[in-house]
Amino acid sequence: MTSASAAPILRSSHLLGIEGLSAPEATALLDLAETYVALNRSPEKKTALLKGRTLINLFFEASTRTQSSFELAGKRMGADVLNMSVKTSSVSKGETLIDTAATLSAMRPDILVMRHYDSGAAELLSRKLECSVVNAGDGSHEHPTQALLDALTIRRRRGGFNNLTVAICGDILHSRVARSNIRLLSMMGARVRLVAPASLLPAQADLFGVEIFTDMKMGLAGADIVMMLRLQLERMAGAFVPSSREYFRFYGLDREKLGYANPGALVMHPGPMNRGVEIASDIADDLNVSLISEQVEMGVAIRMAVLDALARGMK
Amino acid sequence: MNGRRIAFRNARLIDPASGLDAKGGLLVENGRIADVGPRLFNNADKNDPEIIDCRGLVLAPGLIDCRVFTGEPGSEHRETLQSASEAAAAGGVTTIVTMPNTDPVIDEPSLVDFIKRRAAATAKVRVAPMAALTRKLAGEVMTEIGLLQEAGAVAFTDGDRTVANARVMRRALAYAGTFGALVVGHAEDPELTEGAAMTEGEFATRMGLPAAPALAEAIIVERDIRLVELTGARYHFGQISTRASLEAIAAAKARGLPITCGVSAHHLVLNELDVGTYYTFRKVKPPLRSEADRAAMMEGVASGIIDVIVSGHEPQGADTKRQPFGAAAFGSVGLETLLPVALCLHHEGHASLSHVLKALTATPARILGLPAGTLAKGAPADLVLLDEAEPFVVDERKLHSRAHNSAFEGRKFQGRPRMTFVGGECVYNAG
Repeated sequence: MTSASAAPILRSSHLLGIEGLSAPEATALLDLAETYVALNRSPEKKTALLKGRTLINLFFEASTRTQSSFELAGKRMGADVLNMSVKTSSVSKGETLIDTAATLSAMRPDILVMRHYDSGAAELLSRKLECSVVNAGDGSHEHPTQALLDALTIRRRRGGFNNLTVAICGDILHSRVARSNIRLLSMMGARVRLVAPASLLPAQADLFGVEIFTDMKMGLAGADIVMMLRLQLERMAGAFVPSSREYFRFYGLDREKLGYANPGALVMHPGPMNRGVEIASDIADDLNVSLISEQVEMGVAIRMAVLDALARGMK
Repeated sequence: MNGRRIAFRNARLIDPASGLDAKGGLLVENGRIADVGPRLFNNADKNDPEIIDCRGLVLAPGLIDCRVFTGEPGSEHRETLQSASEAAAAGGVTTIVTMPNTDPVIDEPSLVDFIKRRAAATAKVRVAPMAALTRKLAGEVMTEIGLLQEAGAVAFTDGDRTVANARVMRRALAYAGTFGALVVGHAEDPELTEGAAMTEGEFATRMGLPAAPALAEAIIVERDIRLVELTGARYHFGQISTRASLEAIAAAKARGLPITCGVSAHHLVLNELDVGTYYTFRKVKPPLRSEADRAAMMEGVASGIIDVIVSGHEPQGADTKRQPFGAAAFGSVGLETLLPVALCLHHEGHASLSHVLKALTATPARILGLPAGTLAKGAPADLVLLDEAEPFVVDERKLHSRAHNSAFEGRKFQGRPRMTFVGGECVYNAG
């Protein structure tokens, strides 16, 4: 069986965001990812579905887990994987994003995975390149594979999304993870809440159709899933939040605050964590409530599913 | 504790919170108001507790002064919490709300705690500290509003400094709103007023003094109203002084925005001409305004657009005031003249006695969330017994404040406290 002959999953030849993805497409990706979870747990983890294909990882922001997750996913799918580190590329010599893209395009990659600090960068690239583009995070806009892996983690634990309340807590303003998760989880039928101080909430955040809480205890009351976001260090120096100790006191997840959530509530974090800032260590390390390691495992499976799905549309 | 009982009889009870203005009596038990009413203690009884015959004088809630600068910590030679509290007690003020403009600036939870402990140990009246809105009052980085609030800060302000950066102000307001915290702003565009000692106009021109246009205030008032509209934070203009500000605030209130404002006593009864021959005790911040603006302040209190009257008590010494006008420090002491100055509104027929007292008691208590400022049963027995008619001349030698820089030195007023009680304890008795 070659991937091209399998049933198509995605209408688009790119994965730029959750926006534009339909619920059936998302469900099909999650279903497909389940087969890769099983594969990744077996001794022989490789398929040949992307044999001969080239995947380029182009990361303009430092990333350990997303980049290595995509790299591993590509390799397990049988593709040739090239990691372009921006520090050693011509981008750091002043080349524009479009010129970099044109150069890479000439190398005939099949899939380009990009993380960029500007919102809309993946969209821009997708219009200029022949190959499939996967958005691995663009500015504060979207991080679709993170949302998909979060959804897979939740679905495996809870069986589905209906009647599930998910509280997304922290720096919503700057978070692409939040925006993708809000879109995906709402679309899949979960109730989504945002919990943050007003200085970390975007304007009209309720436009997404979510509930907004500035009091964390009230926001966690009745939650089944507590999804913590990373607070960038430079943002707790007073511009958005006065200090990390105040942030932890009012918005850090500790036992007391988690106690307001539903019994058996599970905790997620996209990583990397700031222990003692947004999450207490004893919760992060408690395997009975923390899904953090599981999220990383699901990340590889989801990315394999995405690569598989994109390959199905390739000639 | 065996509760001490004090009976006030034959008083004119004025409780602006409830609208009560009637003859009657009041019973204090365990430092709280146990009973109040028209027929209470009408007839003296040998079983009555300690009796104070008010002889028809006004018994009202003690005053809450929302704008008091002290010198503690850092400038104790000018004023300590203890000396400020002596002045307060003599002025009928039972709660002073202190500004964070000290050295060090009150921008840390431990410093709020320091003020509270020093006050408990040394002050005769209640002290409710405000904390800084930005660290070191530098207007750049917001303070730990949540932790400071837990430590006991009643509001957040940079005192007599305006947060110049609208981005910083926007985020601080949004963040404060998250905690339901009250932000108290000072409205003077810092660039426009740089180096100014007076309000721009004919008088400043004749005197050759550096001056700033009065609209420097309204510019910030308008800006902050817009930011409140954006963020939904509770906002109080510590003091306004111009008609333009008053009109902007009236419009904002009409739109339902959570905005309140105060006026300093000196802006009610003094205008720019009172600076006279470079009289530095009348150099205040914002500066004394035109007569039209002063009259607008009286109207504003009468109409209720201006919510509270404050002393703006700012002690200065000879070192800072005995200077050429331009070089002298801003500020006037005011704790002991707040009530008499405010009573001018009543004596001049602008407002009822109860309305004037409301701006000094019930309204500041409501804005700051304090349990005082009322004669309600169960409230703290913070009381002032005042003679609304007694004439007197302000004499700096008789002031209780450690500093004597009163803008009202030599002025005649009518009405002053006879006795002041905090938690049922007499802290001042004019004899």
